[in-house]
Amino acid sequence: MTRSFLGMPATAPPGVGHLRGSEPFPVAARRALSDAQLRRNLGHATATIRSRSAAVVGEVPDWPQLRAAGRAIKTDTMARLPELLEQLEAAVAAAGGTVHWAADAVEANRIVTDLVRAAGADRVMKVKSMVTQEIGLNEALLSAGIEPVETDLAELIVQLGDDRPSHILVPAIHRNRAEIREIFLRAMPGVDPALTDEPAALAAAARRHLRQTFLSTRVAVSGANFAVAETGTLAVVESEGNGRMCLTLPETLITVMGIEKVIPTWRDLEVFLQLLPRASTGERMNPYTSMWTGVTPGDGPQTFHLVLLDNGRSAVLADPVGRQALHCIRCSACLNVCPVYERTGGHAYGSVYPGPIGAVLSPQLTGVEDNASLPYASSLCGACYDACPVMIDIPSILVHLRGRVPHPKAEAAAMAAAAYTMDHPALYAAAQRAARLGRLAGRRGRGLPPPLSGWTASRDLPEPPPQTFRQWWAER
Amino acid sequence: MRVALFVTCLADTLFPQAAMATVRLLERLGHEVVFPEGQTCCGQMHINTGYPHDALRLVRRHVRVFAPYDVVVAPSGSCVGSVRHQHATVARGAGDERLASRAEDVAARTYELSEFLVDVLGVTDVGAYYPHRVTYHPTCHSLRMLRVGDRPLRLLRAVRGLDLVELPQAEQCCGFGGTFAVKNADTSTAMLADKMRHVLATGADVCTAGDASCLMHIGGGLSRLRAGVRTVHLAEILASTEAGVAGTPDGGAVAPAPTTGGTR
Repeated sequence: MTRSFLGMPATAPPGVGHLRGSEPFPVAARRALSDAQLRRNLGHATATIRSRSAAVVGEVPDWPQLRAAGRAIKTDTMARLPELLEQLEAAVAAAGGTVHWAADAVEANRIVTDLVRAAGADRVMKVKSMVTQEIGLNEALLSAGIEPVETDLAELIVQLGDDRPSHILVPAIHRNRAEIREIFLRAMPGVDPALTDEPAALAAAARRHLRQTFLSTRVAVSGANFAVAETGTLAVVESEGNGRMCLTLPETLITVMGIEKVIPTWRDLEVFLQLLPRASTGERMNPYTSMWTGVTPGDGPQTFHLVLLDNGRSAVLADPVGRQALHCIRCSACLNVCPVYERTGGHAYGSVYPGPIGAVLSPQLTGVEDNASLPYASSLCGACYDACPVMIDIPSILVHLRGRVPHPKAEAAAMAAAAYTMDHPALYAAAQRAARLGRLAGRRGRGLPPPLSGWTASRDLPEPPPQTFRQWWAER
Repeated sequence: MRVALFVTCLADTLFPQAAMATVRLLERLGHEVVFPEGQTCCGQMHINTGYPHDALRLVRRHVRVFAPYDVVVAPSGSCVGSVRHQHATVARGAGDERLASRAEDVAARTYELSEFLVDVLGVTDVGAYYPHRVTYHPTCHSLRMLRVGDRPLRLLRAVRGLDLVELPQAEQCCGFGGTFAVKNADTSTAMLADKMRHVLATGADVCTAGDASCLMHIGGGLSRLRAGVRTVHLAEILASTEAGVAGTPDGGAVAPAPTTGGTR
């Protein structure tokens, strides 16, 4: 690292990458909720993935034990992250790779840009990766005159549509096939004007478009799902085979990974490669699992660079409750079961990490002040905790983070007053009577001021009863 | 058995019928109910809205008030969930290990109503009569924090005259979530709209649940729609008999009085 820290580790810097939204969640959500097409696309897609995943998870008799094992391995990893990362660095170097340490997004973007330039390339092909979206690598490459080409079908749809990903696994989940056809007709070079919206026809068009890229691009950039400290092996799991092309065809491969992706031993993959496909795509086995260890003479990329990214992760690790968020294996099961995500979609969260895991990860990476509305973007229903293959207790982290965000002054005063009243039974009983006699709320609550009018916009308040329970009890 | 009623602030203030029904039901089953009058609120709203320091005094009060009792019962999955899964955490967060361990002690003796009936008392047929078409919404905290499972359904199936209809996508949250319903009112309403659609699809005339808070939300929406479907707490159904319906001060007619949300 180029800097040394005293005290708390730094959070992800502003002004680069995609961890911060431009508006608070409720404002962005309100717009998304009024988009009927988006609601239909998301409702259909999440329900489909949910039922597929539930079916294949139900087939595994030792699923609870696998989840517990996944959590245990991740807890162990976080407890000795520095030593595992150094072990990984040594193993990758011994296998012919070069390891770079990036404290934040700015540093990572600079390292990758310099490496591409040094390879003499003006175009890179990319395997779908959350971390390069997090740091805004595509924008950094473009401003350096380097063209990034996304090769994952959904990521390509997002790139051609000049759009942003809205799901961890299915970046274009907010688009239906008619919209995808329009994007291809508008933005894909050399596309057949007679293109239909049949999924097979759309995939074939993308295939033709990408084939030329695969064969002619000399540098590829990937993320990583796992990195084995013991052997220095990197692993990418994907479904389309585009990743396999990017990881094997170019001369130079640059992999950017968050430091939390390391796992101690080869044997640990056994657990995660069972958990990940069933929880994420609802597949029994992942279709394309690519693994590589440094450089193999005469086979695959002959130059390999690994960029280890912090970008706020050490700050997350410093929080004993919040650090669980680093256990995430990016399966997106929590998004698919979340009643909030299902209705608002991913863009409302502002960050590339949407849904329940995004609501706990993004505010920690940036510092809670910069994503203060996200910990509240949940009804705390708990469906995410049940679905998580590594048992991250997302509701508890949400509640923990709510205790750390700066509160509006009026709300804080009201909360303190309420707690004081409720700690004095006589005052409490008087407040109960006042609420009943005063009818300050107006009939069925329609006279309430904001923010309480948020309730009465769509729901009646109950009429206050003739007596409270404690009055009834006293007179009994 | 001597049972301390943990009424919850919401039932005490706005839905006393649910608490009165809990008292009548437990007394009918032959148990002594006491009401520790020092109780107010468990602090869940403060904890879940991000005010653990304000919640601390309410946790301390709750633990002090209920510590003397062997069995504590509440007609709420959510408040019992807070007692069981949050109180000790709040105390530990404030560095009060002694309070945390006392909170754990109280939590171990605190039960949600359906848990208490089925697990502690070992009854599913409580002798109730309720001649209505009813659908049951499993509230998130009873379902996922307490894991009450099918206990409420087993209790409802044993009620004479009751026609129980299954709620489609029952396990989806109704969108209440405490202050979530105010801070994210639009998203909450979108969730509520789907919940109401499913409730109406059942053709039930009563939607029940184990939490007055979720029922206030669903009932408030149904009332606004003039949907003609009432929300009634599980305790009120279980307390109803041929002789009288709980929730009205002196029993009275078989048709239950409008409760949460109400109808016109």
